[in-house]
Amino acid sequence: MKRVLEGSHAVAEAVRLAKVQVISAYPITPQTHIVEILSEYCTKGMMNAKFLRVESEHSCMAALIGAQSAGVRTFTATSGQGLALMHELLHWASGARLPIVMAEVNRALAPGWNIWVDQTDSLAQRDTGWIQIYCEDGQDVLDSTLQAFRLAESVNLPVMIVLDAFYLSHTYEPVDVPSQEEVDRFLPPFVPKFQLDTAHPCGFGPLVAPSDYMEMRYHIAMAMEEALGRFDEIDAAFAAQFNRRYGPVEAIDCEDADIIFITTGTVTSTCRIVLQDLRARGEKVGILKLKLFRPFPAAQIREKLKSAKKVAVVDRNFSFGASGIFAQEVRAALCNMPDHPPVFGYVAGIGGRDVTPELLEAIYWQTKNSDVPQKESVWMGLREVKNAD
Amino acid sequence: MPTEIMDREFVHSGHVGCPGCGATIAMRFVLKALGEKTIMVLPACCWSVIAGPYPQSALKIPVIHAAFETGGATASGVRAALDMKGDTETTVLTWAGDGGTFDIGFQALSGAVERNENFLYVCYDNEAYMNTGIQRSSSTPYGAWTTTTTGQDWKRLRKKNIVEVLVAHRIPYVATASIAFPDDLLRKAQKAKETKGSKFLHIYASCPTGWRIPSEMSVKIARMAVQTNIFPLYEVEDGLRYTINYKPKEYLVREYFKLQGRFKHLTDQDLDQIQQMVNEDWELLLRKAGERA
Repeated sequence: MKRVLEGSHAVAEAVRLAKVQVISAYPITPQTHIVEILSEYCTKGMMNAKFLRVESEHSCMAALIGAQSAGVRTFTATSGQGLALMHELLHWASGARLPIVMAEVNRALAPGWNIWVDQTDSLAQRDTGWIQIYCEDGQDVLDSTLQAFRLAESVNLPVMIVLDAFYLSHTYEPVDVPSQEEVDRFLPPFVPKFQLDTAHPCGFGPLVAPSDYMEMRYHIAMAMEEALGRFDEIDAAFAAQFNRRYGPVEAIDCEDADIIFITTGTVTSTCRIVLQDLRARGEKVGILKLKLFRPFPAAQIREKLKSAKKVAVVDRNFSFGASGIFAQEVRAALCNMPDHPPVFGYVAGIGGRDVTPELLEAIYWQTKNSDVPQKESVWMGLREVKNAD
Repeated sequence: MPTEIMDREFVHSGHVGCPGCGATIAMRFVLKALGEKTIMVLPACCWSVIAGPYPQSALKIPVIHAAFETGGATASGVRAALDMKGDTETTVLTWAGDGGTFDIGFQALSGAVERNENFLYVCYDNEAYMNTGIQRSSSTPYGAWTTTTTGQDWKRLRKKNIVEVLVAHRIPYVATASIAFPDDLLRKAQKAKETKGSKFLHIYASCPTGWRIPSEMSVKIARMAVQTNIFPLYEVEDGLRYTINYKPKEYLVREYFKLQGRFKHLTDQDLDQIQQMVNEDWELLLRKAGERA
C-alpha cells in the first residue's frame, strides 16, 4: 500500500514489519523520529518488542549485543556523536558475529555543534566490520532495511543503513509499504546460529591468544566477502517479490559516458536532474551511485568505470590530511586497472550545506575543462577562507 | 545451608586465578546459590582471565564476555531477550570488579538499576585494578599503595561508598558480603535471586597479589575487614530498610592494616586518623539502621 512517509518512518515501518524483538535507543537528533515511533508501536502493542530506553548510545549498543547474543532480532538508530560514542562496540558487534541492524542518520560531528548531514560520522566507522548501505530515498530506506535483516543474518555480521539527515530522514515521500504477509514470506523469523543457553553453556568472547585470534578475524573477512554475493542474491529475491531492484551500485547512462559522477545518498537524486539537463545539451555524462560501501563493490565499480574518460567523485565527507573518503576508495579500486580514468575528487555539502544542481554542474564543467586533477580534493562552494592563523 | 547447594559446583578446577584469590572464592559461593539457570555477563576484570582462554571455560554456566564499561547495559539486553523468549526463570548475573563498577561501568550500572532491570549485579571488590597490575581505582581505600599511588603519593582520598550510591537508586535489594562469611554470602545471593528487579551485591574479595599479603591470609584479612568495621555486613531493602548482619567486637583497624604490604608506609598517626574515619562511617551506618538516634 502506498503511503506518504517521512524517511525516518520508512525505517520504522520496516523494523515493525521485520518483527524485531528488542529495540534499544538513546535520543539524538536527527534520528529521533525513528525511535519515537517505534517506542509508540511497542507501547500500543503494534509490535511485540521490548524497548530499552538506555542512558547512552554506548549502552544502547551494549544492550543489543547482549540481546542478540541471547538469540533475538534487534535494532537501533543513531546519528553523529551517538555513532562515535558507540565506536568500541561497533567492533564488538561484528567481532562477536552478531547480525544487529542499525539505522544511522548522517550528522556532522562537533565542534561546532551541527545537526545537519555529513557522512564523516558513518565513514569513520568504515573499519568496524559493519556492512554499510547508503540510501537515496524513502522507498530505498524501507526496502534496504528489510533486506538488511536478511543480509545480516545470512552472514552473521551487523548492518548499518545510512540515510542523510533531514533531506531523507525528515522528507515525506510516497512509499510502498508491503503487507505483513508479504514481508513474512521474504524475511523468515531469526534463527540464531548460536546463543546464550543454560542447557548448553558456552563462553562467548573470552581471551583469545595469537594462535587463534587471526583466524577469527579472517572469518570476518570471509563473511564480508560472502556478503557481496549475498547482497545480490537477496536483492534479486526482493526484486522477484516486490519488483524493485537496487544493486550494490547503480549505473545511470554510464555506457557511453565520458565523465561519470560518483554519488551517494540524496545527492544522487539531485545529480539525476543535472544529468538530464546536461544530456539534453549533448554532454556525455553518467552517474554511478554507490549504495553498498562495505563490503566495497570494487569489481562492479571497475566494470562500470572502465570506458569513462574521467571520474568525478562527490564527497559529503572528508578525511583530514587525505581527501574525500569515497574518492580514496574509488582510486584504490581503480589503481591496478590499466589505463584507468583519472579520479577528480570534490568535497561538497559538508555540515548540511546544500548541494545544488548548479554546484553539481560546476563540478561537471571543472572536470571536463581539466586534463588532470590538480589536487586530491577540491572543496566546492566555499566562501572566501582566510588562513586559520 | 542445604548440602545440595553447598555440594554443587559451577567453577571447574583449572581456572587461572592466583593462589588465595578472593574473587574466585566469591564466584564459587555465588554460583552455588544461584544454580545452573544463570547467564553471566562478564565485563573486563580479573575474571575475564580467570575463566580461562579460548576454547576453555572454567565456568559451567553460559558466559558472555563484555566490554569494560557495559556490565549493566549488556545484562539489560540479555534480560530483555530472555523475557521476549518467555524465559523469566533464568537469573541474569553481571559479575564485575571494582574498576568496572565504581569507575568505568558506573554509568551503565546506574542506568540499568534506575530502569530496575531484573538482574543481579555482583561487584567483587579487590580495591584496585588488579588485572592490569594494581592501579588505583575509586574503590582503593584511604592509605593504600598502588602502582599509580606510590611512595608519598599514597591514596589520600576516601573509597567511594558504592553501596550507598546504589541504595540511593531505591532498588529492591542491596547488600554487602564477604568471602570470610560464606553462610551470609550464600543467603544474600539466594535472596537476590528470589527478588524481582535490580539487585546489587558488593563482595569483599581480598587479593594477595595486589595487597601484598601471603595467599593463606586471604580469608583472614577479609574476616578482619568485617570485624574491624572497615567493611560492615549489611543489607538494604527498597533503599530504606537497613539491617546490619554482623556486630563486630571493636577490633582495631591497625591490626588489619599492619598485615598488608600495601599499607606498610602508614605511620601511627595515619592509622589513628583511619581509625577515626572508620568509626565515623560505622556511626553513620548505625544511624541509618535505626540503632542510633
